[in-house]
Amino acid sequence: LPLYFQSGEREEKCIIEDVPSDTLVIGNYKVQRWDIHKQEFLESAPGLGMFVTVTTPDGEVLLSKLYGPQGTFSFTSYLSGEHAICFQSNSTRLEAFAGSKLRIHLDIRVGEHFLDESVVQAKDKVNEVNIRLEHLIEQIHHISKEQNYEREREEKFRKTSEETNSNILWWAVVQTGILISIGIWQIKSLRDFFISKKLV
Amino acid sequence: GSLAAGLVLALAACAARASEITFELPDNAKQCFYEEIAQGTKCTLEFQVITGGHYDVDCRLEGPNGAVLYKEMKKQYDSFTFTASRNGTYKFCFSNEFSTFTHKTVYFDFQVGEDPPLFPSENRVTALTQMESACVSIHEALKSVIDYQTHFRLREAQGRSRAEDLNTRVAYWSIGEAIILLVVSVGQVFLLKSFFSDKRTTTTRVGS
Repeated sequence: LPLYFQSGEREEKCIIEDVPSDTLVIGNYKVQRWDIHKQEFLESAPGLGMFVTVTTPDGEVLLSKLYGPQGTFSFTSYLSGEHAICFQSNSTRLEAFAGSKLRIHLDIRVGEHFLDESVVQAKDKVNEVNIRLEHLIEQIHHISKEQNYEREREEKFRKTSEETNSNILWWAVVQTGILISIGIWQIKSLRDFFISKKLV
Repeated sequence: GSLAAGLVLALAACAARASEITFELPDNAKQCFYEEIAQGTKCTLEFQVITGGHYDVDCRLEGPNGAVLYKEMKKQYDSFTFTASRNGTYKFCFSNEFSTFTHKTVYFDFQVGEDPPLFPSENRVTALTQMESACVSIHEALKSVIDYQTHFRLREAQGRSRAEDLNTRVAYWSIGEAIILLVVSVGQVFLLKSFFSDKRTTTTRVGS
């Protein structure tokens, strides 16, 4: 797991995955804690775990589990949209005393199913082709799903733009109406006032 | 050679790795990512700001000895390719420190190493068969499909974010202006009336 980033010990770090519905998302992570005594990141800190929370675009919690210092999690989205994957360590030490840094290694795969290479190699040639082709078909289905989702989003985008356009037009009409009626009211009110004060 | 007609990210052990992450960068915050890279590896960092403010962010890429390889301020989108000159941990950071209250959503794609060839030429006795050539073409075509799809998705997200911002701003401005118009015009009339009322009382007082 090559890519990593740093986080405070009690901090929650989230990443966003915008996925179509019915998509499998698999995540691999590894967390290391900074050891003050040894002045380096421990390979595996005992007792250290990570809460992994996955939230749907509606705010519903899809997955919320405590894993060890290293783990794999997966979820299948049933809604299209932005899902938030959040990581928070289970460290219970107070913020002031904890002050330790965490290094979180992360690898997220969307829409792919793990292809077990050893299984593929073991079988004979024809089966190997079979497996690879099935994998390929699955991935093409994923592309098709993504494009369908993209079409939905573009529709929403277009609706927003058209709504803005009609809002502006509606506002121009209302503003003209307000101006004219206010003008008439002002003149009438002042005229009545002056007449009543016997100035006119 | 095996019929590895899979897509982009080779799953088994190989030199190429690509990580793409979309994350939220709060205002006045900086987020850094690190990766250990071997010497001679060709790497590409690509990033785009999807939502927030002026859709721009500072980006900085440093080598193992602190040498700055790439530094740009307030960029909306960029792609940077480099070859690792030495072994070590490379770090790249995105900074939103210039912004006071808008948080940004940033996407980046960090590709390390080239994809290995589908049919490595070491053990080969003959040239690629037709089927294998077809696989290579499909693989390349699908890789570019994924690439285009990702770019399109990001641009659409950014466009949609701008459209929604615009819509909100138009709504607030309309309501605000309507209120101001009403308050000012009604206020004008009453103010004018109050001028005349005062004068009358003073004249009557002077008279008596």
